[in-house]
Amino acid sequence: MSRVDRGSAPDALIDRDSPLRFTFNGRTYTGYRGDTLASALLANGISLTGRSFKYHRPRGIQGAGYEEPATLVQLSGGEDATNWPVTRVPLSAGLAASSVNCWPSPDFDVGAIAQVFSRLLPAGFYYKTFMWPNWHLFEPAIRRAAGLGRAPTSEPDHLRYETRFHHCDVLVIGAGPAGLMAALAAGRSGARVLLVDDDTAIGGRLHADGDLVDGRPASDWLKDIAAALEATGTVRCLSDATAWAHHEHNFVMVTERGPCPAHVFQRTWRVRARQVVIATGAIERPMVFANNDRPGVMLASAACCYVNRYAVRPGKSTVVFTNNDSAWHAAFDLHAAGIAVRGLVDVRPQIPASLLKRASSAGIVVHTGAVVQEALGGRHLRAVRIASRGDGRKTTIDCDLLCTSGGWNPTVHLYSQSRGRLRYDPNLAAFVPGEARQGTIPAGSANGAFGLGSCLAEGRDAGHAAAERCGFAPAATDLPVVSDPAYRIEAYWGVESFGSVKKAFVDIQNDVTVSDLELAVREGFGAVEHAKRYTTAGMGVDQGKTGNVNAIGLLAALNGDDPGAVGTTTFRPPYVPVEFGAVAGHRPGSLLLPYRHTPMTRWHKERGAVMYEAGARWRRPGFYPRAGETMEQAVTREAAAVRNGLGIYDGSPLGKFDIRGPDAVKLLDFVYTNDWDDLGPDRGRYGIMLSDDGLILDDGVTFKLADDHYLMTTSTANADMVYRMLEGLLQTDRPDWRVAVTPVTEHWANATVCGPTAREFMRTVGTDIDLDGDDFPFMSMRVGRVANLPARMFRVSYTGELSFEINVPAGGGLQLWESLIEAGQAFSITPIGSEANHLLRVEKGFLSPGHEVDGTADPYDLGLGWIVSGNKPDFIGKRALEIRRASGGPRRELVGLLTADPHEIVPEGSPITPDGRKEASEGFVSACVMSVARGRSVALALLRDGRARIGQTVSIRVKKDVVRAAVTKPVFYDPAGERLRS
Amino acid sequence: MLTIPCPWCGDRHESEFFCGGAYEKARPARPETLSDEAWVDYVTVSPNPAGPLVERWWHQRGCGLWFFLERDTLTHDIRPLFDGEDHEPR
Amino acid sequence: MRQRYSIFSLARNALGFHRNWQRVWRSPPLRDAYDVVIVGAGGHGLAAAYYLAHNHGVTDVAVLDRGWLGGGNIARNTVTIRSNYLRDESIPFFAKSVELYKGLSRELNYNLMFSQRGMIDVVQTYPRLRDLTRRMLAMDIHGSTYRRISVAEVRRRIPPLTGGGPDARMPIIAAMVHPDAAVARHDAVAWGLARAADSYGVALHQNTPVRSLLRGPHGGISGVETERGTIRANKVAVAVSGHTTTITETAGLRLPLKSYNLSAFVSEPVKPLINVVVNCPDIGVYLSQSDKGELVVGGETDPQQSFRRGIKEAVFEDAAAAMLDLFPSFKRLKLLRQWGGCLDFAHDASPIVSATDIPGLFVSAGWWGGFKAVPVGGLTLAHLIATGRPHPLIEPFSLKRFERLEFILESGTTSTR
Repeated sequence: MSRVDRGSAPDALIDRDSPLRFTFNGRTYTGYRGDTLASALLANGISLTGRSFKYHRPRGIQGAGYEEPATLVQLSGGEDATNWPVTRVPLSAGLAASSVNCWPSPDFDVGAIAQVFSRLLPAGFYYKTFMWPNWHLFEPAIRRAAGLGRAPTSEPDHLRYETRFHHCDVLVIGAGPAGLMAALAAGRSGARVLLVDDDTAIGGRLHADGDLVDGRPASDWLKDIAAALEATGTVRCLSDATAWAHHEHNFVMVTERGPCPAHVFQRTWRVRARQVVIATGAIERPMVFANNDRPGVMLASAACCYVNRYAVRPGKSTVVFTNNDSAWHAAFDLHAAGIAVRGLVDVRPQIPASLLKRASSAGIVVHTGAVVQEALGGRHLRAVRIASRGDGRKTTIDCDLLCTSGGWNPTVHLYSQSRGRLRYDPNLAAFVPGEARQGTIPAGSANGAFGLGSCLAEGRDAGHAAAERCGFAPAATDLPVVSDPAYRIEAYWGVESFGSVKKAFVDIQNDVTVSDLELAVREGFGAVEHAKRYTTAGMGVDQGKTGNVNAIGLLAALNGDDPGAVGTTTFRPPYVPVEFGAVAGHRPGSLLLPYRHTPMTRWHKERGAVMYEAGARWRRPGFYPRAGETMEQAVTREAAAVRNGLGIYDGSPLGKFDIRGPDAVKLLDFVYTNDWDDLGPDRGRYGIMLSDDGLILDDGVTFKLADDHYLMTTSTANADMVYRMLEGLLQTDRPDWRVAVTPVTEHWANATVCGPTAREFMRTVGTDIDLDGDDFPFMSMRVGRVANLPARMFRVSYTGELSFEINVPAGGGLQLWESLIEAGQAFSITPIGSEANHLLRVEKGFLSPGHEVDGTADPYDLGLGWIVSGNKPDFIGKRALEIRRASGGPRRELVGLLTADPHEIVPEGSPITPDGRKEASEGFVSACVMSVARGRSVALALLRDGRARIGQTVSIRVKKDVVRAAVTKPVFYDPAGERLRS
Repeated sequence: MLTIPCPWCGDRHESEFFCGGAYEKARPARPETLSDEAWVDYVTVSPNPAGPLVERWWHQRGCGLWFFLERDTLTHDIRPLFDGEDHEPR
Repeated sequence: MRQRYSIFSLARNALGFHRNWQRVWRSPPLRDAYDVVIVGAGGHGLAAAYYLAHNHGVTDVAVLDRGWLGGGNIARNTVTIRSNYLRDESIPFFAKSVELYKGLSRELNYNLMFSQRGMIDVVQTYPRLRDLTRRMLAMDIHGSTYRRISVAEVRRRIPPLTGGGPDARMPIIAAMVHPDAAVARHDAVAWGLARAADSYGVALHQNTPVRSLLRGPHGGISGVETERGTIRANKVAVAVSGHTTTITETAGLRLPLKSYNLSAFVSEPVKPLINVVVNCPDIGVYLSQSDKGELVVGGETDPQQSFRRGIKEAVFEDAAAAMLDLFPSFKRLKLLRQWGGCLDFAHDASPIVSATDIPGLFVSAGWWGGFKAVPVGGLTLAHLIATGRPHPLIEPFSLKRFERLEFILESGTTSTR
């Protein structure tokens, strides 16, 4: 193993006393607790760790965090997940990982044959070929080649994801030097602070850079500041928690891995903050040159991190290639860790004297004004070829590690998502935050302040500013003493690779090269969004964290523009890939769509009822099959029981509204098409509600309880919508009306008994209500007691038979139902479901939402012209109804149909076409049932000019078949309504 | 998710509310006096600005108040719009 | 077309290290007058330009876009192409679009990656089954295929669909398959149409925002005012999706349109998993797998009007939860990207391809899932512009329908509800 020996100085974040065994591509290795899979692999000397997406080129590890573009792994061994950056997989005992997209292994990969054809595969090659004979022929092969890892296949029921809300004054994103100071400053000022960080330990780059803070190792200072944060009593800290989306009104999504308690796998925090400090740090970008993807080429910051944090030497001898100061410090750290620094190549001709002096004292050979032209070696880096930018002189230096730094990009993703503007800063050669559009404050290197001292200071100031904006007086907070070396950079985008025939990668993960960008510009795809889409640069799992700004710089050079003029592509959530489980939270089916149950639901289910969705998330029995019965048999039996004896159904989900106030009639007159002022006490009336564009919204019966008190019923599915409409109307359009609407759907359970023996039966149940037809006529209501419960009884009928709707307070629903069932045994009472209800209403020609009322019909179409009042100056929908009627165009009208074959059932929705030809329809069958009353099939339909066609024959087109049917009036049973009035 | 200022309850998450849509003007008091064209326009056309839009919102899972606010359709910036007790648009 | 694309030209160019490919479209100088100006270089605008030239010989056409070509909703949709509609007006229109798409790659000499892989509608409630059955029977009379398949077959054809069992909250009770349904590469559709239109001489002007429509002394359209100057034209077509009203209102034209944000998202790329488009209307989510391996998932629109191409996380969380209910093994699959697009809904939620009260001004709007209609929308808009008469397929989709309040209600509701 290639670990740095620190002597007696302890490692802060790895535990050498806890070795962990793991497997990678089938071989077993050992690392330490605190390692990532990447650091453990490097410690084991594994540098070839994957193959690339398109060309299957050998790849190693390039980064140390989320930015890793090169190696993605598939996880197994208790885990089932894919496409994880090797650098973001914490080492655990028994971990099993393998490289994605290569077979059988990265060392010997069959797919590497693609390299032979690579010249045929420039950016967008697929747009230019595979057209003959058609794409479908080639597609399967392309699909197999694409995709990276294999999708998880197990159902991780044991993994519990949850979500929770959190409100705070200040959210600080990132617990590096800037974030820590911001949290401390805001917390000490009294603000409620949430500090989140995506690493397992606070500190950010302090762990990787090895700086001293207040003259001590950073890990000591971090212990102090953790204690100081704790002492504020107002700062809550989440580590291993990634903020990945920043929405409007400072609503930020944070997903925490491995939170407490242990049975929660991930928790997504939906944070609403008054102010957000964005201290998300910066990500180093690589240098672009030929073969810059070879295993052994690494970001300087990553190499530094492996050495300082994980005590791992990623190579024995290295060359450092840069255009800025920060990589020089990395080189000094690598040198101190015992890695031979064979050369420091800087594109800049002039280097600050202090750096040259330190290099010289470390014995590092410096090549100024020079570039690395090419990395040499196949599966492993062997050497680099460097060239002087002045005279072109070339030198080859042997090494097994090449550290590159093209400068730093502030991590502006969340800032940009928050609608903050970005601007290009030529001094930093990077995009930095501009004007903010929400309560967001960028700080530290996320704001382009790359020195440690300025990070700490900006963090503190941001914390104070955020607290102050929330109304807290800033409390004094001292800054620790640190060195604050300057950061100087000269923009270098790899333009010296232009025209090269060797591959110089801009987007390592998606195998996008400099020549791909050249091709894009040549063909006119030079706009940044076009280039991204044409070449796929930045569209990988790493989302271009290392490559995007290089691509922008190269496009700028190719277009002869400034990177600021090219601009960035849009930053959208998520900042890093997030598991769908964490997005959705704990929402199994019943939480996704909660049920609404009536008090009798359990009874129905225990009797074997097949439950149906009844709308608005209510469930109702569809039918109650007996042993051995088919659905048709059960439905016929239930319907026949109602026609011939006694049935009972649970009508509780029906929408019910208590309407009270002196202007109640005004309201009814306005929302219903008919007149309400002449309704007598204890009487009910059917009404139709329209929208203002004259289409039917809902229908139902409303009863008058007193002059200023009504009970409105609506269909189950529309109840919520009707309530919304009524409340909106009364509160905003007619606030002067003295009437209040209270939804009482759930307050009342409803059992409806129906059938010719219903009255006789009700007399045996025990009620103080006079049931005699003359005293309690159809469409009236009575208040009294039924089965020892206070009840409202209504005489309405949706089945066409004598019916009593018994409403009792919901708590008594089951008692009522069981009493009725028990008393009904003598009458062979039959519980019926919605299927039988449907059959019975079709026989009667009653309307049903979703069938005849399909959103296009108006009352006249449905034969309900009698219900449209001519007396009222206005009601909702009146004007629209008149306009539509005035055009006099043909309308589809409700009719009955009797098929030529009495046993024929046509599917609901079947089109009626002229003579059964395959052409535009003239109507459709809205319902078709096997009538128990008629002993044959009956149907309802909406038919063009239907009422004028009664007596004619029409043709229903059911795929290949044409079914002839006679047009009739839309009522097949008791047209005079004698039975329901009886 | 937006923060919606309920005149009665204060700032609440958008998930407690129902957005009742654009509100241009009150429903005409005497529709019979309008031309067909004007009525069709009232029914089918509503404001669709890329910018501030007056809307009705309902605090459905809260106090039940219907109220007005102005929301910018480009930025989701919100300006409360209520006056005293009657919550009429200002 | 100047430079033909084929495997041979690709090989020939490989020898020259791809240094001899021409620009896919030109950037001609902006003139001050054209016969026809099309506002919006999206799918519908480019298709109209192409068909104007290809079918009607009208080539003095400028297509203006405020940003980059193909950067509107054609860059941000879920690429589904289908014709399973309910109404007699809609089915033939969308069926024609599928037919046009089929031949478009070869017609344009640009691989649109049109892949007719079929769509399966997963049915979880009886009312839905009734609706889809009605749809099936209506489609049959117009020659579009839609048929019922068993739950077992659904599970065989979509292996990761393991949720929705008999005891689930929303059990799968049936499914319908629409074999004509397809997906295509959305950017390729824009680029292929742009390249073909350009080769006929159509002028494509990017970064040319239109400030207002201009009207002549007799009220007819006379051109457009852009940020790059005034352009005269006696025929102007507006095909700018969600921004239709902002353009037409500059000429005093109010339209029954409201703009909404519709978002979608993709997963990380994985090896082939699902080779059909899966639509689950009862829980409001649909998905397909792109050729790159990403699962492309769509959900519902935002609940309020918006011009912001944003992510409404509540809408998107619901879609993700709905997906996991049916595909529980996707819990550890990762969300990679998400985006929104601004689209406009007509009052009856059906499209509008129509002349307007302003002579010379045409609109193509109200597209909701407009990607599927790009070829037929362009074909019919071009016909309308060139002849002044509506193509028979779009006669029902005229603005006139609103004057009589006679709507084409696909979903059975108007958008006001």
